[in-house]
Amino acid sequence: MTRKMRIAEAKQYVAKKLKLAPMDLVDERVMREVRKDLDIGIVTSLPGTAKGLEAKCRIAELLGIQINSVNAFKRKAGLS
Amino acid sequence: MEKDVLTRMGDGQRVKMPPAQIKEDLLAGTKDAADRGRIPELSADELGQLFEIIVDKNRMVSIEPGEEIVLTDDCTTLRICDDEGAGGGVGLPVNRMLALLVHERSYAQDSALLEAASVVNVPELKAELNTELQLIEQASLLLTIPMLYMITPALLWYFQPLGPYGNPAELLPQGKIQESRDALEGAAAALTDDVVYIGRRLPAVGVDCLNLDTAGSSGDAELYGILKAVSKLKEVVPELAVEVGMSSEFVLGLHGQITFNGQRLAGLFPHQQVKVAEAAGVDIFGPVVNTNCSRSFPWNLARGITFVKQTVAASNIPIHANTGMGVGGVPMCPVPPIDCVSRVSKAMAQVAKVDGL
Repeated sequence: MTRKMRIAEAKQYVAKKLKLAPMDLVDERVMREVRKDLDIGIVTSLPGTAKGLEAKCRIAELLGIQINSVNAFKRKAGLS
Repeated sequence: MEKDVLTRMGDGQRVKMPPAQIKEDLLAGTKDAADRGRIPELSADELGQLFEIIVDKNRMVSIEPGEEIVLTDDCTTLRICDDEGAGGGVGLPVNRMLALLVHERSYAQDSALLEAASVVNVPELKAELNTELQLIEQASLLLTIPMLYMITPALLWYFQPLGPYGNPAELLPQGKIQESRDALEGAAAALTDDVVYIGRRLPAVGVDCLNLDTAGSSGDAELYGILKAVSKLKEVVPELAVEVGMSSEFVLGLHGQITFNGQRLAGLFPHQQVKVAEAAGVDIFGPVVNTNCSRSFPWNLARGITFVKQTVAASNIPIHANTGMGVGGVPMCPVPPIDCVSRVSKAMAQVAKVDGL
């Protein structure tokens, strides 16, 4: 959000990082598998899959973005 | 003979209109926006698109794959826990944390928004801030989607009898214009300080974006206070994104002479408001176009799209148009009809080309 990206640019950015076509980002079938494989959080609940902060840590690394809750956690856990 | 089309008025009442009348109202709506804002009218093609959206025989309409946009909300817990009042709440006896998770998991929203416990009364919020920060911190551990925190700073809390500054509503009828301006400037400075006080603590507890909603509800001085707060926050906590959502399409000139970055704020329309927002450092801008309850939905839709389309064209930052009850062309009634909400959403995405709602 701090990069002030317009929606088309944001979709291209995320798609490139996930090695997908932009149209795949809005395909529920594709994204369910991608999110599960990358363990970045799925809408439905599967025990053992990343949720909440776990998922955000993986998302931040995958997309190369700063997420405030992730940075706060790393600071407090001595991981930064 | 062409069949009448079922549509609505700006207050939500259903009406049947002949197609010719719909086309007239679309044209009248865009002309009204163009005249007031001194902006271009919608083209014949764009009006044709809006016409097709309105006469679509389905109750709900949608966009084509690939045209999806994102949502940043202006309430979450109000919607689930509260009464109908401010956020159209359904009164479920759940806590705020659960309301946030329902939005993420059950509604599959793009972002979660926690409204401040004292969403409007920012001075009172400061007293409760530690309790708020605790909830935010815990929520940020559980949420996967980005988290926004919303306050709607309102200058009225700083005026007497609620606050320390003179009340322009009392001073102006007495002809005390300079005293009123002094009170507005003092209150705006206090509002700036309070918003910065709150905002600078948010990134450390995991907030991704501060949503300053209904900006300018008390006019130009309030908008000035908010823009100054955004500028300061960008200096002290640049990692905090800021979204500013307006309260109306036109900035009321209660002060009349206050400027930001050399631009007088009184009288600004959305395509001009976004430029001062950009100058302040705002990351996402939410324009508002007020619904006229006495005019038809087609009239309001064309008018809203005209203003927002120009705002998108003028903007260098993402535009998330306000499309709740009574704004953006959506009728003003407690349960906004899905036929109108879906048509406004479709038009905003396809014709105005917004980045989000």
